[in-house]
This record gives sequence, C-alpha cells and structure tokens, in this order.
Amino acid sequence: MPPDAPLLEVADLKVHFPIYRGVIAKQVGAVKAVDGVSFTVNPGETLGLVGESGCGKSTTGLAVLRMLDITAGRVVFDGTDITRHDRAAMRPFRRRIQMIYQDPFGSLDPRMSVAALIAEPMIVHKLAANAAERAERARELLEMVGLRADMASRYIHEFSGGQRQRIGIARALAMKPDLLICDEPVSALDVSIQAQIVNLFQEIQAKFGLTYLFVAHDLAVVRHISDRIAVMYLGRIVEIADRDTLYRAPLHPYTQALMAAVPIPDPEIEATRPQITVQGEVPSALNPPPGCRFHPRCPRAVARCKTEEPQLREATSGQSVACHLV
Amino acid sequence: MALLSVRGLTTRFRTDRGALTAVDDVSFDLDEGETLAIVGESGSGKSVTALSLMRLIAQPAGQIVAGSAMFEGKDLLSLPEEEMRSVRGDRIAMIFQEPMTSLNPSISVGAQVGEPMVLHRGSTWQAAMAKAGELLDRVRLPDARARVNAYPHQFSGGQRQRAMIAMALACQPRLIIADEPTTALDVTVQAQILALLKELTRETGAALILITHDLGVVARYADRVAVMYGGRMVETASARALYRTPRHPYTEGLLASIPRLDQVAGRRLIPIEGQPPDLTRLPPGCAFRPRCRRATAACETTRPALAEAAPGHWKACLNDAA
Repeated sequence: MPPDAPLLEVADLKVHFPIYRGVIAKQVGAVKAVDGVSFTVNPGETLGLVGESGCGKSTTGLAVLRMLDITAGRVVFDGTDITRHDRAAMRPFRRRIQMIYQDPFGSLDPRMSVAALIAEPMIVHKLAANAAERAERARELLEMVGLRADMASRYIHEFSGGQRQRIGIARALAMKPDLLICDEPVSALDVSIQAQIVNLFQEIQAKFGLTYLFVAHDLAVVRHISDRIAVMYLGRIVEIADRDTLYRAPLHPYTQALMAAVPIPDPEIEATRPQITVQGEVPSALNPPPGCRFHPRCPRAVARCKTEEPQLREATSGQSVACHLV
Repeated sequence: MALLSVRGLTTRFRTDRGALTAVDDVSFDLDEGETLAIVGESGSGKSVTALSLMRLIAQPAGQIVAGSAMFEGKDLLSLPEEEMRSVRGDRIAMIFQEPMTSLNPSISVGAQVGEPMVLHRGSTWQAAMAKAGELLDRVRLPDARARVNAYPHQFSGGQRQRAMIAMALACQPRLIIADEPTTALDVTVQAQILALLKELTRETGAALILITHDLGVVARYADRVAVMYGGRMVETASARALYRTPRHPYTEGLLASIPRLDQVAGRRLIPIEGQPPDLTRLPPGCAFRPRCRRATAACETTRPALAEAAPGHWKACLNDAA
C-alpha cells in the first residue's frame, strides 16, 4: 500500500432498512438511512461526521464496522475491500477497527470486573501470552486512560460516566486498533467532564497514531477534535472540508444554518450575531424530499433544487459541496 | 418589587445510599419579564430547585425542609395543596425536557392545550378548543387549526415542544419555568424553540426561569445567570458580567473547558479535573474544593456563603483573588 493511501475509504455507501407489511411480509419501502456516502480517512487523521438525528452518521459508523448489512457501495480498509467479508474474514478487522459508544454502561458487561473487561479482547484476539501478561497490560491501560491500576478489581457500576468512558477507551486500546469509530462519545457526559475525555482522545491519538471517525452532533466538539469534517443531512454528505475552511467559509446552506444555530458562550457576541433560524424539522428518511433533500427548509432554494439532486463536487481546494447554488 | 423572591430554599431526599440535600439554602430574586438561567451539571440541584418551587417534589422521599418563595404575595412553599393547584398551570407554568412524557398520549393536543383554561378560567370546552387552535397557531405549529384534534404521537419532537409552550401560555402565566426544554431536540430545532420562547415571554411580559447545562444557550437567551454546584448556588450575576468576569473558580473552569465555534480550534482544552460530588458524601467546607485549583486550607472546613463581590455579582467562594 502506498504511504499516502487512505486507511479507510467509503465509496457510494448505501444502507437501506427494508420495511415489511402484511402477513406475507411484502417489502413496501425502505428507510434510506445512508444513501450514497463517500469519504476517505487518512492514517492518523480525524474525520468528523456531524448532522442532526436521522442524518445517517451513526449508521455510517456501524456500516464501516460491518455491524449492519451494506445495501450498496464499498468499504475499503487499509487496502482490503471488506464490504462482503463474512464473520471469519472480518475477525482481524474487528480488532483493528474499534467502536467507542455514547453510553459505555450499555456496552460493558456489569458482571465482569474492569480487569476482566479489558482482558477479554486480549483473549479473543490472542494479544497476550498468559493471564499475568493480560493483568499487567490491563493495569497499564488503566493508567494510560487516567484511572488507577488498583481500580482493576472493581465493577462498572462503581464508576461515574466519565470514568466508564475511560474504561471503554482502555478496552478498545487493548486490541491495539488502527481506527476508532467514536459515536457521540462525550454527549452523555457532564460539561466539566467532556473536556477531560476530549483531551484523552487527543493524547492517545498522538501516542498511538490512531485514526478517528468521530461521529457527533455537537459542532464545537467536532470542530475541536477533527482535521476534516463531513456534514450529513438525510443520508447524504452535503459538505466536506477541512475544519478551518468549513467553519470560516461554509458553502452549503445547511452547514451555514447549523453553525448559526449553535450559540456561542459569550452574551456580548450573541447580542450582535445575526439570528438566522432555518425553519421546520428534518423530514423522514422513509420518504425523503425529491431533488435536494434540504430544499423544503432551504432559504435559498430555486426550482431546480426541487427536482434535481445535487452531487458532491469540489468547490474550492479541499472543500466539496452538494448544492446547485454553489 | 421582585415577581419571585426565593429565600433559603432547602430540599432533602432520602435515598438507598443515604440522605442528601439536593438543594441547599438557595436564594434568588426574579423580576417581571426577566429571564434567569439556572446552570449546572447533573446533580447540581437545578431541576430540584424548579420542582421545589412548583411543589412537585416526590414525597415522602423528598421534602422541602426550609425556605420561602414569595410570588404575588403568597409563599409558594407553605401554600395549601389546593391553592397551589390553582397556581400551577395558571400563574406559573412549567415546560419539561421530554414533551412526549409530559403530554398524555390518549388525549388530543388541542384538549391538552385547552384544559388549563377550563380548569382555571371556567372556560367552556368549545371556547377552550378554539383558543387552543389560536395558541397552537401562535407557537407556529404548521397547520395549527387543522391539527387541534391530532394526538401527540402525530407530532415531531419540535412540534410537541411547541404544543407544550402553547399549553404553558394558555392562562397567560406571569412565570414560566422551562427545565432543559430543548435538550432532546436537534440544534436547528433548539434554536427555533428557544427563539420562540424568548419572543413570547417578551410579548407577554412573563418572566422565565431557564434551566440548562448549555452555556451557549445561556449566553444567547438569559438576562441573569445563577450557577449551581453540589446543591448550592455558587455564583449569580448578569449574563454579561458572569461571562466577562467569572468570579467563582467553578464558573471560570466551566467557561475555560468548553470548545467554542468562534475560537481557534485544536488548542488543548483546560478541563476541570475530578468528578462532580456525590451528594450523599459531600466534603465538609466547599463542595468544589477537591476540584478547585485555588483551594486553600480554609476551604476544607468553611462552607462559603453567597456574598456580593461586585454590585449585583454574588459568589460563594472564600478566595478573594477572583
């Protein structure tokens, strides 16, 4: 693989959930949760996926890990097309791609000690010679994520939300992964704890050269942690650009609306900020609007937007946008 | 004279893990037409403060053990339940975070919006339903009048919150308490709902207590801010003064720890180390001391009282440097 090749390449990814009705379970439609999404993530890079509920950002993350059936398109990881891999073929990739969830309490077995939780993947993937080595490594990992080694014998309910997220991260790191898919990893945490965990993500990335696909709805957090950002709306990417370009000069009307909607924690700035509010809510992915999916809410929509779906294309260097008006 | 004057509000709960003081000696005033944001993290006591004022604390586990809350010449905390019922939904209305759980799924939205007028104002159902249509239109529910007879499940999250606001407005309350009203909503819908709430309070002159954890929302919508930590109010000031010169180390720490869209990205965040306190095991002295970078020996033993540090700017901190 050439050195500048992406670690992850997603091409025209579609994840449709069929809807069945009636006694013979006839398919009557499909929720097009992800409907033609393409992006790449380079080694050591963080790509942020932002958007509101139902935009398909979490589904995209799950599809990359092949935890959902892919309807169409390709997922290429480190040069290998894993789109149609079966369970056995996926196994090495299940180690190299790890997932961090919003609520680690739901993803960690409450009956296992923290040491056992961290050791389990090492057993499954044969990453340690014996129990002593696993225990030693679990203690190391706990310290690496900012917990004390002596916490290894405790159970998950004894920890606060922030500490649980640290344990989730330690467990992921135990697999020596290349790619972390982080799905809203700080949104359930208290404000004062979020910064601790965001900093931890940045520390371990620098230390292990990790690559992140960072899925979240909080634009300020995503901007802080990402090198590049993809904005999703109803199953499509509407804009993708490097972080600074996207925030300095967003081109898609949806990106602009999203950023205007996020208040800045400073009353003096807020007093002078134009309050543009986009109307309405995200329509159902079961029956997305024709043409540009954003057109019913777009303040600038023209006739063409109602019939013709805009394709993602490069507007400026490193910035692609799917809008007829750009 | 203040519309609402709260003094020494203290609410305790008995839990499996021991007794705790969820709200500890909280005092504040609220003027007519003013928006006060109560900010804090989970367990800070911000929601319990609101529920105490509405006398909606689940008994017997929870008890309001001390304090007064003067509102239109009456003490809300000592009012007989009967009289309190005539205040709720009439003079004071409350909006909750999850409208789906506060709306009755088997009653039409119009009937729920109209009900306060029947209960409190002796309105007929026919008149109330007509008024409900007007109110739903006023909160800009699409096709409002045609959807008076629709049920909550036929509404989106944002539309349900609009219906909750319409219900709150039904009897023209003088005070609206909104507890995390947009936390469950998407950011573009959040902006719509909060702008609407602000616009309606401005039009009707109602005061608003906005309970939130989001410092951006506070900056955009609040006139004044009260910051809570470990059940106590640790700082209160006008929004501008609080953001410009935070005087409590906790407020200062919060503002420094959040990434902002208008600042250079990527610089290391400065977190507040440690965990929020366990209310059943509060340390003696200042609850924030274990996490405070300015703590001194005195902070371990003395619980600081709220004191005026600058005109209109109060803080509960022994440290004078801030």
